[in-house]
Amino acid sequence: MTPFTVHTGVAAPLLRENVDTDAIIPSREMRTTGKSGLAPGLFAGWRYQDQSTRTPNPDFILNRPEYHDCSILLAGSNFGCGSSREHAVWALKEFGIRCIIAPSFGAIFANNCVRNGLLPLPLPAQEIAELADRVAQDPQHHRLQIDLKSATLTMAGECSRPISVDSTTRRMLLEGLDAIGLTLQSTDSVQAFITEDRRQRPWAYIAHDSNR
Amino acid sequence: MSGQTAFDKLWAAHAISTDADGSTLLLIDRVFLHERTGAVALESLATAGRPILAPEQAFCTMDHIVDTTLGRSDDTRMPSGGEFIRATRKAALAAGIRLFDLDDPLQGIVHVISPELGIALPGLTVVCPDSHTCTQGALGALAFGIGSSEAEHALATRCLRLQKPRNMRVAFHGALAPGVSAKDMILHLISQHGADGGRGHVVEFSGTAVQNLGMEGRMTLCNMAVEFGAFSGLVAPDDTTIKYVQGRPYAPRGPAWETAVAAWRHLRSDDDAAFDQQIDIDAGSIAPTITWGTSPQHAVAIDQPVPDPASEQDPARTSAMQRALTYMGLTPGTDLRGLPIDAAFIGSCTNSRLSDLRSAAEVLQGRRVAPGVRAICVPGSMSVKRAAEAEGLDTVFRAAGFEWREAGCSMCFFAGGESMGYRERVVSTTNRNFESRQGPETRTHLASPATVAASAVLGRLGAAAEVLRA
Repeated sequence: MTPFTVHTGVAAPLLRENVDTDAIIPSREMRTTGKSGLAPGLFAGWRYQDQSTRTPNPDFILNRPEYHDCSILLAGSNFGCGSSREHAVWALKEFGIRCIIAPSFGAIFANNCVRNGLLPLPLPAQEIAELADRVAQDPQHHRLQIDLKSATLTMAGECSRPISVDSTTRRMLLEGLDAIGLTLQSTDSVQAFITEDRRQRPWAYIAHDSNR
Repeated sequence: MSGQTAFDKLWAAHAISTDADGSTLLLIDRVFLHERTGAVALESLATAGRPILAPEQAFCTMDHIVDTTLGRSDDTRMPSGGEFIRATRKAALAAGIRLFDLDDPLQGIVHVISPELGIALPGLTVVCPDSHTCTQGALGALAFGIGSSEAEHALATRCLRLQKPRNMRVAFHGALAPGVSAKDMILHLISQHGADGGRGHVVEFSGTAVQNLGMEGRMTLCNMAVEFGAFSGLVAPDDTTIKYVQGRPYAPRGPAWETAVAAWRHLRSDDDAAFDQQIDIDAGSIAPTITWGTSPQHAVAIDQPVPDPASEQDPARTSAMQRALTYMGLTPGTDLRGLPIDAAFIGSCTNSRLSDLRSAAEVLQGRRVAPGVRAICVPGSMSVKRAAEAEGLDTVFRAAGFEWREAGCSMCFFAGGESMGYRERVVSTTNRNFESRQGPETRTHLASPATVAASAVLGRLGAAAEVLRA
């Protein structure tokens, strides 16, 4: 997985609350069984005036020239609520988003972000609103830098402020760890636990030969 | 020291190890996949050369993409849907996991068939790459939705690494008024406490009104825990639960059954258990509830007017309400009961079980859907469909003018490649009224099966009482 250490980029404010994963990637945009080819469907319902011809909606924030090459979203509370579809994160990542800053996140979405090297960064709504105001004055110059090593957030030419990311998320992202590989290192203790658990909870295990 | 909650007990029984930072390796007892994300997860594991450790505890169904029309085949109306179906079938076969395929008499929506078949049980951890996995918490399981990557993790390692969520209790005291259902309870809760009111918590639903719900009502309640922003929801197992589970195909039998029941009896919150948050609701005060906007928190009693964003203090919430009103084509103060509808949908993992269909059929018996209203009923599983047909419910639905379909997720979200029409107003027993979820700019109103059936008859939004007393 791509590590996340220091990232600097253009931030775009999308401050609506409860932006759901259906809005991030509509069902009808999930056309292949793989994890790629999803960026054109990102925010399809808002991004295009006509979805069939893909005519851009010039008012949508990500279509505005001043937010060209945006890689950070400034978002409202409960961002990524709704469906567990990891396609929402794959679409954001393929589009070029590396970090989403919001007061709160849908729990499954936040986890999906970390599994794919995106940082879901919680900040108070008031701070996000202030950042959004400053960014909007000149998005290409008022870039944000997120340094996960020193746990700081900086707007170009301004003072850094501390950010708070839980230690597991921070470690996974900094080291770009493969979660499965990491857990497989604990195989022995998992097996030992299961051996004892089978004695305690025989009813929880389905027999190999059950033919139902 | 205070006692443990039911969730604390579930967590402790599955915690393999906990790191200094609190992250816990949690044993996962069941993994359920579906064709939307199943093939991605299984193919990705195969590519990485990672075997599935316990294929006998993993299951897969076809529900998210399959057609629900009669005579369906792999070639669904959904563009490229057939690829998902065939890829999932191939991957499930190669992985050696039980697949409930299109033509399987047990096929259905994952959160309907998992409890129905006894795959989910009290005391288990159950995961599925589907946010409504919390439905299965109704059994007293710790059941939660995950992404595809986490599904791979659970299949390859039999565990997941998690931070323990906090405990919340939502107690519904007293008795529900006649005509009020579990769907009204959960919509009421979310309308009062917000779409992220349960964030970071496992919610235990309790109180007399919950104890008096059947298992299917409890599933409806837990189904929308995710719409409340919760990690999951659950109801502690009791006699109703145990009676429900007994004899189901994958439920334990013989001596294992006795051991299981003894264990499940302990899975209730201790009297002195401490909850991080508690919400108390007078169940008798809940009326038939319906959404007016584009978030499940945008809900009111059906006899209440559309609220005014100006009355909301929080500016983010005010702007979301204004946006929702524009999208829904509504103005504050409007009586919802006057709004004409284009379509009515009964189905989804929220409300497609036998008791849901009975409740709708009671309203539809001897009545007709209003002219110009498209009405569709999609049973949650083929087993539900057969049971409904055995008691003649299909006849009631058909005679009323409802389409009677095969099992699947259907119109909840473009499953089977079908949508409601542009800007159509739809009353639906589903769980999400998000923008364009049911179709292009479709205006969805979420409600109970009885309210949806009544609205279909009236040709406008309305409660069952209006129809039943007519």
